Amino acid sequence: MAEVSLKVNGKVENHEVGENTLLVDFIRETVGLTGTHVGCDTSQCGACVVHVDGVSVKACTMLAMQAEGSEVTTIEGIGSSEKLHPMQEAFHENHGLQCGFCTPGMVMSAIELVSKNKSPSEAEIRDGLEGNICRCTGYHNIVKSVQAGAEKMGG
Amino acid sequence: MSEGIGASVKRKEDRKFLTGKGRYTDDINRPGQVHAHFLRSDVAHANIKSINTKAASAAAGVVAVYTGEDIDVGGPICGWVVPNRDGSATHEPPHPLLAKGKVRFVGDAVAVVIAESLQQAKSASELVEVEYEELPAVVDLETASAGAEIHEGMAENRYFDWELGDEEATDKALKSASRVVKLTVRNNRLVPNPMEPRAALAEYDDLNDSYTLYTTSQSPHLTRLVLAAFMFQIPESKIRVVAPDVGGGFGAKIYVYVEEAVCTWASKKIKRPIKWTADRTQAFLTDAHGRDHINNVQLALDSNNKIIGLRVDTLANLGGYLSAFAVAVPTYLHGTLLSGLYDIPAIYTNVKGYATTTTPVDAYRGAGRPEATYLLERVIDQAAREVGMDQAEFRRLNFIPKDAFPYQTAVALQYDTGDYEPALDKAMEMIDYKNFESRRSEASKRGKYRGIGVSSYIEACGIAPSAVAGALGGRVGGWESASVRVDPTGTITVTTGAHSHGQGHATTFAQIVTEKLGVPNSSVELVHGDSDRSPFGMGTYGSRSLAVGGVAISKALDKVIEKSKKIAAHLMEASADDVEFKEGKFTVSGTDKETAFGEVALAAYVPHNYPLETLEPGLEETAFYDPMNFTYPAGTHIAEVEVDPTTGVVEIVDWAACDDFGNLINPMIVEGQVHGGIAQGIGQALLENAHYDENGQLLTASYMDYCMPRADDLPSFKVECTNTPCTHNDLGVKGCGEAGAIASPPALINAIINALSPLGVSDMSMPATPETVWRAIQNAQARAAE
Repeated sequence: MAEVSLKVNGKVENHEVGENTLLVDFIRETVGLTGTHVGCDTSQCGACVVHVDGVSVKACTMLAMQAEGSEVTTIEGIGSSEKLHPMQEAFHENHGLQCGFCTPGMVMSAIELVSKNKSPSEAEIRDGLEGNICRCTGYHNIVKSVQAGAEKMGG
Repeated sequence: MSEGIGASVKRKEDRKFLTGKGRYTDDINRPGQVHAHFLRSDVAHANIKSINTKAASAAAGVVAVYTGEDIDVGGPICGWVVPNRDGSATHEPPHPLLAKGKVRFVGDAVAVVIAESLQQAKSASELVEVEYEELPAVVDLETASAGAEIHEGMAENRYFDWELGDEEATDKALKSASRVVKLTVRNNRLVPNPMEPRAALAEYDDLNDSYTLYTTSQSPHLTRLVLAAFMFQIPESKIRVVAPDVGGGFGAKIYVYVEEAVCTWASKKIKRPIKWTADRTQAFLTDAHGRDHINNVQLALDSNNKIIGLRVDTLANLGGYLSAFAVAVPTYLHGTLLSGLYDIPAIYTNVKGYATTTTPVDAYRGAGRPEATYLLERVIDQAAREVGMDQAEFRRLNFIPKDAFPYQTAVALQYDTGDYEPALDKAMEMIDYKNFESRRSEASKRGKYRGIGVSSYIEACGIAPSAVAGALGGRVGGWESASVRVDPTGTITVTTGAHSHGQGHATTFAQIVTEKLGVPNSSVELVHGDSDRSPFGMGTYGSRSLAVGGVAISKALDKVIEKSKKIAAHLMEASADDVEFKEGKFTVSGTDKETAFGEVALAAYVPHNYPLETLEPGLEETAFYDPMNFTYPAGTHIAEVEVDPTTGVVEIVDWAACDDFGNLINPMIVEGQVHGGIAQGIGQALLENAHYDENGQLLTASYMDYCMPRADDLPSFKVECTNTPCTHNDLGVKGCGEAGAIASPPALINAIINALSPLGVSDMSMPATPETVWRAIQNAQARAAE
């Protein structure tokens, strides 16, 4: 066991964890934020994407200890039910989600994508979301959502 | 903006999912819970000589270890059987909850280890010693009948040998035909892959001798029925099944699997809540797979290019055990659809269902109907090519004419309504069909082969009319229930047995209430997914939620309105016969009297001025609805592709879909369902394949190896609708969940063949990976050179 100290959504989290505890398990089980999901265990599906110091990371492929001292942002940290993040709003308005399981990771990836490219083309969005699998939407409305989200974010 | 039927109301359920507040089974924890891990067979076919659990039981943190010998309740059951051609019944071999004496596929559960932590359970499972006596694997469908015996006493590994249609008339048509078009197609095996893996959290209540199971189910009431009545043989009231937010299903979450049942059973043994969540590889190994047919097709044409007969001989791979609806998929959900939307006077089909030492196969989005559509639309396309007709015009020539409805097919179904040409015309217009040849020549200047492919499909949805299902071998009813509770303040609670796992029922079902009662969408709350809170229901599959469940809500609303009118009549001192209800207001015809729905609701619960002598207080109604017939969505999808002959890479450059789903409740959600269905169909046609090696090892058991469609594999889609309302349900609706997955694979494969036909390519197997396409081109060129 080892001490780990990091910030999750701005709140300091000091916990004792196993050396092999994955960041995603730390977020879900220790911190108790279950919006970050596990869909595949092989870094393929992107349901577990969070931001670590502003960079999108697959939380199933990082140890909690590797995030020591970092600022982690999860889906719970980017907007609230009362005031959605513009990207969350865009997903709602464009029917960019169905079952909702891939959605947190998809939104987190989309926000990072737009932070790097303020007005991405359809091809750039499709390429940028290649690491996030959705089985429900066929991506059509996700692409529309990200385009709309980019506009809302001031692209 | 209207919030009623036909409006693209934004989804009520989005906010929780977008903010990470969705509550899926794995998000739930119970005090004192322990974790289960299943030890699975790593060989496809073997006798179990011995299992030693001593070391595992003594390992750190282990609470219990169980094997098949410890289980004293029954296993999964078969929910649908068919008669064999010789009159005997489907062979239903037992499926124990944990393997007893034998394993029958890689992933078959052999033991469960329950420990304080998941890690401890996994570590301890490595200490379980299993001695196997390996038997030959049976993998290949075509030779399964000659393989090693999988189930004791089941000859030739055959579960059933079923037929439908008039063999004599069909063979006569084939003999008298001016042309017989022959084709053999393989419908590749797929893994459904909802993004949320299956999970269970089971808890036993010692005080009431009852269980609560939280689980990833499309049909919580069926889960309760199977667990209570068939496995545990206890009263249904002793089990509560909760399917909270569920992350996609696509068929894979209809059935009761062994893991959920074992956790529930063991929760009583150890008197602690038990949690199990599949990792992705377990999902690949144990979620029921889909498709996996080989179809031999013969289509008879007369000298006018009219279809006069169709014969289809099918082999279906059903895997190591018979899953709940495995038998229905290749028979009554497949053989009955072989007429497509064509007027075919004689049809005969024979289906043989085989066991292999692979994961059980059952319903996956479309279930039987994609297989029927694929073989039919492939052979239709080949026929058009052989007779030198345009693919669209050949279809048009053979469509059932719009004045022929109701239309009795040669394979049992009666289509109530339809009009197929407008959808074909619309799709052709959407994709600019008439100018295709100029696009083809433009592409050829760039060294690309461009092709266009048509697929016209029909499906039978709204599963199912109980009497019909029962007559065909179904062991459950096909109705759905709903209750509508009007609260004293006029807000509405709707409970349904249907389950939403992405379909948006909270929004669309509320739209039905808004339309009928005139209350705002925000005043309607939907309760579903909890067997203790909803009346008995059948769940969500076979595009039935709206066409059966939605109609049940409509019927319950009618009862509410009928009673409300009586209350309103009393309040307005009028006769109930004179009361009209419109847009939330009751009026008395010929007078200016009116009363609002809210006032009636309040009067029902505060009955100070109320006809108590003749009418009960309160305003809550339940309806059960059993459909009279299936519903028949139909339409045409057209795909346009470009193939790079040097690499075999297929690029989808355009997609037009025009579907007739009857009346639409929420066009935005319908379009989303179509997009998702097309994506899964494209996945089948281009990318996905569950591949077993000759030893029965699943080589594609993770996302590293199984090619899921990703954003950059797909185009955007053009989606439009036509509408012939269903004639036999109150809402005129048909269902839209599976259409995309049914229509799209043949459209895409036909487009690839169309693109490559100048090179002499006339066949293409699924998935049409770059290697497959490249080899087909090389082979065609080699043939041409000979």
